[in-house]
Amino acid sequence: MSHLIDRLNFLSRKNIGTFADGHGVTTNESRAWEDAYRKRWQHDKIVRSTHGVNCTGSCSWKIYVKGGIVTWETQQTDYPRTRPDLPNHEPRGCSRGASYSWYMYSANRVKYPLIRSRLLKLWRRERVLKSPVGAWAAIQENPQKRAEYVKVRGHGGFVRAAWDEVNEIIAAANAYTAKTWGPDRVVGFSPIPAMSMVSYAAGARYLSLLGGTCLSFYDWYCDLPPASPMTWGEQTDVPESADWYNAGFLMLWGSNVPQTRTPDAHFYTEVRYRGTKSVVVSPDYSEAAKFSDLWLHPKQGTDAALALAMGHVILREYHLDRQAEYFEDYCRRYTDMPMLVKLVEKDGRYVPDRMVRASDFSDELGEANNPEWKTVAIDADGSLVTPSGSIGFRWGEQGKWNLEAKDGKGKDVALRLSLILGEDHDEVASVGFPYFGNREHDFFEGTEHESVLVRKVPARKLKLADGETMVATVFDLFVANYGLDRGLDDANSASAYDEDIPYTPAWAERITGVSRDHIVTVAREFASNAEKTNGRSMVILGAGLNHWYHMDMAYRGIINLLVMCGCVGQSGGGWSHYVGQEKLRPQTGWLPLAFGLDWSRPPRQMNSTSFFYAHTDQWRYETLKVEEILSPTAPEGPWDGALIDYNIRAERMGWLPSAPQLRTNPLDVAKAAAKAGVEAKDYVVSALKDGSLQMSCEDPDDPANWPRNLFVWRSNLLGSSGKGHEYFLKHLLGTSHGVLGKDLGTEEGQERSREIRWHEEAPEGKLDLLVTLDFRMSTTCVYSDIVLPTATWYEKNDLNTSDMHPFIHPLTSAADPAWEARSDWDIFKGIARSFSDVAPEVLGVENDVVMVPILHDTAGELAQPLDVRDWKKGETDPVPGRTMPAITVVERDYPNLYKRFTSLGPLLDKLGNGGKGISWNTEHEVDLLGRLNGLVTEEGTSKGRPRIETDIDASEVILALAPETNGEVAVKAWAALSKGTGRDHTHLAVPKEDEKIRFRDIVAQPRKIISSPTWSGIESDKVCYNAGYTNVHELIPWRTLTGRQQLYQDHLWMRAFGEGFCVYRPPIDTKSVNPALRAKADGAPHLVLNFITPHQKWGIHSTYTDNLLMLTLNRGGPVVWLSETDAAKAGIADNDWVEVYNANGALVARAVVSQRMKDGTLFMYHAQEKIVNTPGSKITGQRGGIHNSVTRAISKPTHMIGGYAQQSYGFNYYGTVGSNRDEFVVVRRLESVDWLEGPLEPGTHSKEAAE
Amino acid sequence: MELYFHNFVFGIYPYIALSVLIIGSVIRYDREPYTWRSGSSQLLRRRQLMWGSVLFHVGVLAIFAGHVVGLLTPIAIFEWLGIPHEAKQIVAVVLGGVAGIMAIVGASLLIHRRFFDARVRAASNISDNLIIVLLWLQLALGLGSILVSLNHLDGSEMVRFMAWAQAIFTFDLNAASYVEGTHWIFELHILLGLTIFVLFPFTRLVHMLSVPVRYMWRPGYQVVRAKERRAANLHIPAE
Repeated sequence: MSHLIDRLNFLSRKNIGTFADGHGVTTNESRAWEDAYRKRWQHDKIVRSTHGVNCTGSCSWKIYVKGGIVTWETQQTDYPRTRPDLPNHEPRGCSRGASYSWYMYSANRVKYPLIRSRLLKLWRRERVLKSPVGAWAAIQENPQKRAEYVKVRGHGGFVRAAWDEVNEIIAAANAYTAKTWGPDRVVGFSPIPAMSMVSYAAGARYLSLLGGTCLSFYDWYCDLPPASPMTWGEQTDVPESADWYNAGFLMLWGSNVPQTRTPDAHFYTEVRYRGTKSVVVSPDYSEAAKFSDLWLHPKQGTDAALALAMGHVILREYHLDRQAEYFEDYCRRYTDMPMLVKLVEKDGRYVPDRMVRASDFSDELGEANNPEWKTVAIDADGSLVTPSGSIGFRWGEQGKWNLEAKDGKGKDVALRLSLILGEDHDEVASVGFPYFGNREHDFFEGTEHESVLVRKVPARKLKLADGETMVATVFDLFVANYGLDRGLDDANSASAYDEDIPYTPAWAERITGVSRDHIVTVAREFASNAEKTNGRSMVILGAGLNHWYHMDMAYRGIINLLVMCGCVGQSGGGWSHYVGQEKLRPQTGWLPLAFGLDWSRPPRQMNSTSFFYAHTDQWRYETLKVEEILSPTAPEGPWDGALIDYNIRAERMGWLPSAPQLRTNPLDVAKAAAKAGVEAKDYVVSALKDGSLQMSCEDPDDPANWPRNLFVWRSNLLGSSGKGHEYFLKHLLGTSHGVLGKDLGTEEGQERSREIRWHEEAPEGKLDLLVTLDFRMSTTCVYSDIVLPTATWYEKNDLNTSDMHPFIHPLTSAADPAWEARSDWDIFKGIARSFSDVAPEVLGVENDVVMVPILHDTAGELAQPLDVRDWKKGETDPVPGRTMPAITVVERDYPNLYKRFTSLGPLLDKLGNGGKGISWNTEHEVDLLGRLNGLVTEEGTSKGRPRIETDIDASEVILALAPETNGEVAVKAWAALSKGTGRDHTHLAVPKEDEKIRFRDIVAQPRKIISSPTWSGIESDKVCYNAGYTNVHELIPWRTLTGRQQLYQDHLWMRAFGEGFCVYRPPIDTKSVNPALRAKADGAPHLVLNFITPHQKWGIHSTYTDNLLMLTLNRGGPVVWLSETDAAKAGIADNDWVEVYNANGALVARAVVSQRMKDGTLFMYHAQEKIVNTPGSKITGQRGGIHNSVTRAISKPTHMIGGYAQQSYGFNYYGTVGSNRDEFVVVRRLESVDWLEGPLEPGTHSKEAAE
Repeated sequence: MELYFHNFVFGIYPYIALSVLIIGSVIRYDREPYTWRSGSSQLLRRRQLMWGSVLFHVGVLAIFAGHVVGLLTPIAIFEWLGIPHEAKQIVAVVLGGVAGIMAIVGASLLIHRRFFDARVRAASNISDNLIIVLLWLQLALGLGSILVSLNHLDGSEMVRFMAWAQAIFTFDLNAASYVEGTHWIFELHILLGLTIFVLFPFTRLVHMLSVPVRYMWRPGYQVVRAKERRAANLHIPAE
C-alpha cells in the first residue's frame, strides 16, 4: 500500500498498547519499509574465493553476488575440523579482506588496456608502413622517439587501446628484444605464487617458453631468512599457526601477531587460556605486547645481543653446569655439534677453519664416494668416524643418507660433543673469535672489548694426509664463542652473569637496554619448559628482525636457543618465521606449469636483489665498504673492491645466477658455436677465457646488457617493494626522480669497483617497455608504458595455500571480469598468441644458450668443497657446473610458443617430475590430465598432448602432478626418498594413496593436503604441521653439509666475514645522513631517526592502502610514527605534515605522535601508495615519495656464497636480500604543503641534488 | 497583454503551483522514500551551521506562521475581534521585519557556507544551491515590501492580498483582479513564492512535511512494532 496512505490512515488506531508504565508503546503501523533492509542483504549466489595478496592469511571467503555484481564478502566457516582438544581454524579473515569488493567497481579499477599516448602515436605512425617488429625497431632505434615516451613515465598521459593492438605491441617488443639483444633481456617480476598459483604461472610460463628471465621475490622482499638455508638447507619451513596451541612457552620476537597475522591470532589467545606463558620482544609497545606476560623492549636492531645472552644462560645452566639429558641427546643426534673443525694458526693464535672431511685423511676413512663432503666426528670409544647423513652420502650412493646413529660403514656410534675431559684433549688452544660490538656507530651503543676475543678451547691433535693439525668440536667452539668459562683459566670468558664480557647478560644489558635479570629469567623459563616438555618452546619471529642488514645474526641467535633446547622438529616447538606467504604447498606440481619444464629445461631465473642492485645502478652509490664488515680474523683472501665485485665473482663462479647472462645475444652464441662446429658449452668456456665473450654482470651499464622489457604482474614493484625507489626511477625508468646523493664517480674517498666497467655517465632509462597487469591503478601502473586490466580475485579461478594452515582452497570467479578485464591466464595466453603471430618475422626455431648457477638439491651442490677459486684470475679452470655456471642449449620454438603454452609438453613423460633432490615417473598423471582436460586435436607440435586452455585446466595440472594433492604421487615421492635414506617413509602417504584432490573439490570445501617429502612436516590427525618434524622423527637428514642442523658455517666467506658462529653485529652505517643533507633542513629544528618499515594494520603491503574503507579507518594518506619526546624536540604535533629525507630521496607524510614509539625511531608502515593524498617534497620537487624513497638495497657477501652444499643457489631459496632497516633519515616539520596540482613543466624534470 | 499575464500569474499559476506541490510531494513520498530528507551537511562541517541554521529556521518559521495566519484568516474574523487593519499592518511589519532580518542573516550565512566551504560545496547539488539562493531572494523581496508597506500603514494593500489569497482557496474566479495595480515588489514576491511551491517537491524543502514534532508528545520511548498480520495460510492437518 502507499506509504502516504499508511502514514495518513487516521481511521485506524496505531498505538495498540503500552508497557513499562507507558514508557513503551506497541504500534501496528505498516512494516513494509523493513523489506528494504531485507533486500539489502538478499543475494543471488555465494561463491568461494580468497584474496590473492601477499599475506600469509590465505582465508577462504564467501563472495556475495546480486544481479551479476559482487556486493560484499564474509568469512567462510567450513574448514575441515581439527581434532579434539585443538581449537578450529575458523573464522579466518580481517578488515582488509572484508574491504576488498570495494575495489571492483571503484574509480581506481583499471577497466581497459591503457597505453602511454605518446607511445601509441609513435606506434601507429610507424605501423602504417611497417611490420610489427619493424615498427618497434623504428621507435627503439631512434633515440629521440624513444625518449619521447620514456622521459614522461609517471606523469600521466594514458589513453585506452584495444587488446589486439597492445598485444601486438608487446609481442613485437619481445620479439625485437629476443632477436636484437637476447631473450634474457625480457624480464618478469611477480611474487608469491602461493597467493594465486595459476596467475603466477601464466606469466612465468610465457617468459620461460620465450627464454625470458623470471625474477625472485622472497629474497628481494627480505622475507627470506638466509639463516634458514644456512642452518637447515631449507628455504623456510615453519609450524602452522594451530601448532602455537601446542606450545608451552611462546615468545614473539619482532612479530606483531594480532596486527599482521590477524586470522591466526586466535590460537595465540587460546593457548594463553591454556596456561602457556608468553614473552613479547618488541622495541615499541606493539599490539602483541599487550598479550605478553613479560614485554622486553630492546633497542631496535640489537636482538642478536639479547639472543646471545639468553644462549649464554642456557648453555651455562643446561649444558655445562648440568647436562639436561634431552638437550644433550638432541644436540648429539640432530646438530653438527659433535663434528670436528680444523684450527689454523693466525697471528699467534688459532682461528676456527673449515670442518674436517674424510678426504683430509690419507685413507679417506674408507669413504670412496664424495670423501670431501663427509664430515668427521669422534665416537664414544675415541675413534674417528664419518657419521651417516652428511651431504656426501646424499649423492652418488644410496641408503646411507639418514640420521641413524651410525657411521658410513653401518657401525653404531655415539658421537662425542666435547673434548673437555682431561684425557680427551691434547691441548687447550687459544682460539680467536671476532667481536664487532666495539665498532663506532652514532646511534648504537658499543663496548670497548677487543676486536678479537681469544678464548680457551679444548683441542686434539690429528694426523691428516698433509700433516698434523689441531681440531676441536663444534660444541666446544660454540660454547667458547658464547664466552662461557669452563674452568680453563680463561680471562675472556665469564663464570658469572654479571661479568661484562661478550655475551653475558650484563654485557647484553649495555647493548640492548634490557635488564640482565629479565634476560636470565626468560632464558631459564624457556629452557626449563623445553626440558620438561621435550622441546615445546616456540619463537614466532618476523620482519622486525629479518629486515636488518645483519639479520642472520639475530636469526641464528634465536635458532641456537631453539636447537640447544631441542625444540626444532618437535610439536609445539621451534622456529616460526612468518614473513611472506612462501609456502606453495603443491610446489612440485606447479613448477612444470610455471616454468614450462614440460617443454624445455632449464628456465632462466634470477635473484632480484642482485638484479636490481646492478640495473637500477644502486651499486654506483654504495657507501658501505667491505672493510667495515670484514672480520678481524678473516683468512687470507681477495677481500678488496666494492660490494658489487663480490656479486660479480659469485656470478662468475656459478654461485649466483645472472640476467642478462652474456653480453652477446645467446641465440647468436648458439649460432656461432654451431658455425665453429663445437659444442656450445666448450665454445662459451673458451670464449669467456679468451675474452671474446663477456658476462653481462661485468658491465651492467652497457646498453647491450640492459634489461629491455619488464613485465610486472600481481605486484606493485614501484609502489611497494622497490628498495631504492628513486634509483629505479632514475636509472631503470629514466624519468623524474628524487635521488639526492652523488654516485661514486664524483664522491671522493669511496672504494671503487675492481671488477666492473665504470661509465662516467650513468644510463637513464634502460627499459624499452614496462608492462604492468593489475586490477587497480597502483604506483607501478602509473609509471608503466602499458597497463593491462586484470581480473580481480573474485573474477578468476586459481589456487591458494599458506604456511599458516594446511588447507588448499581456490579463488573462483563470482562474476565475469568487469569492463574489458581478463584473467592473468587469459592475458598471457593472448600475448603468447600475438607473439606466435608476430615472431616469424624475425625468429624461427632457435637454439638458446642458457647459463645456470650451481643449484641446491642437485648433485651439482657438491661443486666446490674446500676452498674458493676464481677461474677469471687463473686460480682454476672454468669448468661448467663446477667452477662456473652450467651451460645448456635449449631449443625455442618461437612460432609455436602459443601451442606450447596451451598444452602439457612431452618432457614430463620423458624426464619425470620431482623436486628437492628427488624425482619420480609421472606418466600416469600426464595420462590422467589428457583424459581430464582433453587432448589437443589441432594439427601441429602440440597435437595429442593434454590441453591447458583455461585457468581451471591449469589448476588441474598443478593438482594432478603434486604429491600434496595427489596421494598416488605422494606415495611415489616418499618411495623415491626412501631409496636415498634407506628407510621406509611411504607409511606417511599410503593411507591417502587413493585421494586425488581436484579443483571442484576445493571449490566445495578447503581440503587438507597430503604429507609430502617436499616439506619437513607431516599432515596427520595426531600432530600439527611442524617444520623439521620428519628430520627428527623419520631421521631424514637436513639438506646441509653435515646433514644436521648446521650451527657452524665453515665456508671461507662465512669465516672471512666473521659469521662462522653467531656473533653480535651492530647495524651498519649507511652514511645516508650527512652534514650536507642536514643543512637542507634550512636551520629548522629537525631529527635524525632510524627509519623502520613494519607491516601495517590498514593494508597488506600497498594493497588496500588506496581503498577508501581502509583509508577511512586510518588517516587517509601516508603517515609516519614517532615518539612524543622526539616530536617535541622538532616541534612536531600530531597530524602535522613532515618531510623525511636522506641521500636516497625524500618523502612527505603526516606525523602520528605516539607514546607507543621508542625514542630514536621513525615508523613508516610498509607500504603506502603515493597515489593518494601525497603532496610534493620541498627538497626533491617531486611528489611525496614512498617509504622506499629513502632506502637503498645493500647486499651482503655471505649471501652470495654458492656451490657449497646448503649454501648453493636456489630460486627464492638463497641469495642476496634487500635489507633496509639500518637506514637513518632527517625528519622535519613541513611549514607549507604543495600538492603539485599544475601540469608538468618541462625543465623541472629532476631537481638534481648534485648541484 | 499585461492583463493576460497578470491573470495567468495570479489567477491560474497558483493552482498549478499548489497542484505540483501536493501531487509531486505525494508521488515523491511514495516512489522515492529514501530521498525524503533534509540533506543536512552538519556532519561535514559544523562551522556557521549553528548560527546560520537556527537564525534562518526560527525566522522563516515565524514568517511562515505570519503569512498563513495573516493571509488566510477570513477578514470577518479580524473585524469580529475588533482588530483594526492598521494595527495588524503594524504588527505584521514589526514582527515580519524582525523575523525577516533573522532569516536573511541566517540565509546569508548558509549561502556563504554552501558556496565557500569546499566540503559542503562538493556535497551540494544544483537544487541545494538553487533553493537557498531563491529563499534568500524571497526574503529580500519580503523585506523590501516592508518599505513599500510603510507608505500605506492603513493596511488597505494588505487586505487586498488577504482577499486574493482567500479567493484562491475559495475558487473565486476573480482572484487575480483583487491585486491589480499593486506594487511590483509584492507581485514579484508572490510570483517567486509560487515558484518555490513548484520547486518544493523536487528539493530538500520536503523535510518541512516530516518535521518530527510528534516526538514532543509521543507516548513511549520504546516503540515496538506489532507483528504484521498476514493472510492466514494455516495448514490444518486432516483428522
